[in-house]
Amino acid sequence: MQIILNTKEVHAKLDQLATAIATAHPDFSSTVIVGIQQGGAIVSQFLYDRLLKNETNASLLKHGKLDITFYRDDVRNKILAPDTMHLPFSIEGKTVILVDDVLFTGRTIKAALDALFDYGRPDRVKLCVLVDRKEHRQFPIQPDYTGIAIPSNQSDKLKLLSMQNNEPQVVLLNQ
Amino acid sequence: MQLSTKHLLGIKNLTQEDISLILSTAQQFKEVLQRPVKKVPSLREVTIVNLFYENSTRTRISFELAEKRLSADVINFTASASSAAKGETLLDTVNNILSMKVDMVVMRHSASGAPHFLADHIPAAIINAGDGINEHPTQALLDAFSIQEKTGTLAGKKVALIGDIMHSRVAQSNIYLLKKMGASVVVCGPPTLIPKHIAAALGVEVSYNLRETLAWCDVANVLRIQLERQNQILFSSLREYNLTYGIGKDLLDSLNKEIIIMHPGPINRGVELNSDVADSKQSIILQQVENGVAVRMAVLYLLSGRSVAE
Repeated sequence: MQIILNTKEVHAKLDQLATAIATAHPDFSSTVIVGIQQGGAIVSQFLYDRLLKNETNASLLKHGKLDITFYRDDVRNKILAPDTMHLPFSIEGKTVILVDDVLFTGRTIKAALDALFDYGRPDRVKLCVLVDRKEHRQFPIQPDYTGIAIPSNQSDKLKLLSMQNNEPQVVLLNQ
Repeated sequence: MQLSTKHLLGIKNLTQEDISLILSTAQQFKEVLQRPVKKVPSLREVTIVNLFYENSTRTRISFELAEKRLSADVINFTASASSAAKGETLLDTVNNILSMKVDMVVMRHSASGAPHFLADHIPAAIINAGDGINEHPTQALLDAFSIQEKTGTLAGKKVALIGDIMHSRVAQSNIYLLKKMGASVVVCGPPTLIPKHIAAALGVEVSYNLRETLAWCDVANVLRIQLERQNQILFSSLREYNLTYGIGKDLLDSLNKEIIIMHPGPINRGVELNSDVADSKQSIILQQVENGVAVRMAVLYLLSGRSVAE
């Protein structure tokens, strides 16, 4: 297991992303932040906590978690137990900041968009990722906010690990 | 995590992990059923046939709704309106349906073991929707889900199964499931409706006293008197049954606690359950029906893996 981003680097990227989101979406009453289970939900929780701490009207901002298990395009090849879905608010007419840890082929984001639209019709959806592996995209999906773009091999498995809540690391699992 | 089985033939051959997985997956499907769009695309490429050789309202509608909520294609087969009435055998009927590329079979049959027989002969995944007096696994799963939803856990709960235990596949499936999940079970009813060796065979307590049983339990699952399966007289009259084993509000009010009342339906009002109980706040009968869809979605989803059908 090789560490690609250590805890300090992850926190620095999270700071950048939180600032970028707050600058671009100052109206928190019309913005919701939604993390994709499981890694994306960890990242979105960190971002949400930062916004709550640093921005004055951030209490208006809502935070949810999206599970895409039932929307995967390979669902029948491998039956997976679902994770928790937690969207206890309306996304109708809102700006949704969709958050994932690692953007790879784009399939997860496509599934997440399918899932999201079963909850209502958002005004717009922005994509925020901690790590972008942009040379492996299989769909026309690009992030609006990127922590860092990292060159990688197709077979690499990159994952955000968060052993203890405050010590997130991005690691390469196949070594 | 995956189920240890390719078919759901009964609770008897499920592990505790299987049951927990089905119940936790059902929890997520219950969330799906509360959204604006109550549907997910998971089983979009799956075709399911509902083979009902015996009458059913709840179970058939519940399965059909679960299948549609998962985006599967659904075929409904009712024996009385089919070539089965012309003498076609079960295996022939099913093989003919399977040649039209069906992936999963949901079956109810009056013969105990019919789904087990099919599972030995055809490649599709089979889900038992009730076979004779053997098992009705999805009913036991939705009962467990409803108890867990209401009380938080199954372990340590005291559950009474009351009524026609002898002819009840719901009772048998419930006993297997509750024992596996660590609940205590008492079966209660007239001696003629309780199998003689059930205590030794299934590890339950037997009681012939309704009041004592109700005073003991947290949950009373009241079963229907199955007149269609009784070919001899086992009690003198429905009225006499109601007087001895029917549950009414007066009896419940005289206990010093509030127990949860369940019934798998259809209710014989005024026989095993009086209307003042069936429609009371203590009764979770309609929640059971609602939970049935989520539980069946979980079972269908978890058994829909490609390796099963191909």
